[in-house]
Amino acid sequence: MSVDHKKNIIEVSNVSFSYDNVEVLKNISLAIHQGDYISLIGPNGGGKTTLLKIMLGLIKPQSGEIKLFGEKIENFKHWSKLGYVPQKAINFDPLFPVTVREVVSMGRFGKKGLLNWLGKTDEKIIDRALQQVQMSQYADRLIGNLSSGQQQRVFIARALAGEPEIIFLDEPTVGVDTKNQEEFYSILTDLNKNLNITLILVSHDVDVVSQQVTELACLNQTLIYHGEPNKFMKGHYLENIYGKNSRLVDHKH
Amino acid sequence: MFELFQYSFIVRGLEAGILIGLIAPLIGIFLVLRRYSLIADTLAHVSLAGVAIGLLLKINPLWTALGASALSSIAIERLRTSKKIYGETALSIFLSGSLALAIVLIGLAHGFSVDLFSYLFGSIVTVQQTDIYIIFGLSVLIALSIFLFYKELVYIAFDEEAASVSGLPVKLFNTLFVLLAAIVISISIPIIGILLISALLVIPTITALQLKQSFKMTLFWAELISVFSVVSGIFISYYLDISSGGTIVLIMLLIFGLVLLLKGKIISKRNQ
Repeated sequence: MSVDHKKNIIEVSNVSFSYDNVEVLKNISLAIHQGDYISLIGPNGGGKTTLLKIMLGLIKPQSGEIKLFGEKIENFKHWSKLGYVPQKAINFDPLFPVTVREVVSMGRFGKKGLLNWLGKTDEKIIDRALQQVQMSQYADRLIGNLSSGQQQRVFIARALAGEPEIIFLDEPTVGVDTKNQEEFYSILTDLNKNLNITLILVSHDVDVVSQQVTELACLNQTLIYHGEPNKFMKGHYLENIYGKNSRLVDHKH
Repeated sequence: MFELFQYSFIVRGLEAGILIGLIAPLIGIFLVLRRYSLIADTLAHVSLAGVAIGLLLKINPLWTALGASALSSIAIERLRTSKKIYGETALSIFLSGSLALAIVLIGLAHGFSVDLFSYLFGSIVTVQQTDIYIIFGLSVLIALSIFLFYKELVYIAFDEEAASVSGLPVKLFNTLFVLLAAIVISISIPIIGILLISALLVIPTITALQLKQSFKMTLFWAELISVFSVVSGIFISYYLDISSGGTIVLIMLLIFGLVLLLKGKIISKRNQ
């Protein structure tokens, strides 16, 4: 698959969102291109997860427009192009009786559609997804018995099983120790570089993701920065976000 | 022991019991895992109001119970997802509201010729031949629905958000599911009784969960426990002349206790 890094696969235009009367996102416009590896960063309550959920169609913004693969989200039908690794992945019910394989196979369900059973091809894709995250040997273990780093990899495999073009990850490394974080990020880099999967990663850990991703978007109600991580002047922006003078300045770059 | 099969009510009771024993875990496992067990109690009380309406209007109470719980299940689901009130308060409104309605209706009728006790605690004597046909038809419908939408229901129970992102019509499935739960609850009344229905739905699943198996195996064990308890409960209740519902639930609890005990022993042995 050739990757056109200029092709917009997600377009967010003038999106605003409030919970009750609290404005979380204000006039956000952002384009994500094919093959991007982008991290949405910003303080807690800055609207990162909200924007992610808007892009996934889980919540509707009060104003603005979202386009996925050139189609308005309201008319979008090809949901299997999207993979999702929710934040909940680390808070899910550890007593839920499912094996790793059962979890990963869930990733095929959307693609198969209603009333279709998984067949041999699906099983092969599930096997491959497990291999890609190096979890094949745990296929028959209960998900609740794994470490949080391993669980997180299983959730990536679940997303991969749907053969997506984009994977959305919401704070995927929370609760994962440093060593496993490194392995986790090397898997993500592999997916982005070798499988050309576009990755959108919500994180609050600016230092770690800056070394991994190719693009950063910094959100604190407004979009403060969008560009290469090495041009992101952390001190400057952090001051804007957390500084004593907490009034926000909207930088138009 | 086979002389008891000469009594047609025992045969009918067993037929209905086996059907209900088979379908209860199919719904119960999803109720337990979605932390939604209380809806069983609520819909059971709604069914009581339905039974009262049926007795008052001289319609087969199974139909009125079904209608009342089906309508209420959809209303509860709407209230829950509207987020206007907390999910569990939706349940308590319906639970106490329908109990109030049932009591008033029973009062208006100045008591019934039928023993209300048998509806509250289950008595196979109340099972009519037409009930068997209704229970059979609806059991097939439920088993078929769960079979056809098994993968979607498992996905939604495990991770509703991801299921929604993958394009599954989550709302539709949630409504379908509570509707199926309402049907199971209504048709279980004659065997297990209104006050004990949630035990029938919940205990076999929580027992099977202790075994820590895959989803399919958990369902398998829940089925085994459920059918065994219902069948043995009906036999024992006949011989001892006691309520079938109470007996079934006590057998289920006994199995649950045994499993917990054995599990504790196995774990402590392993740690030695």
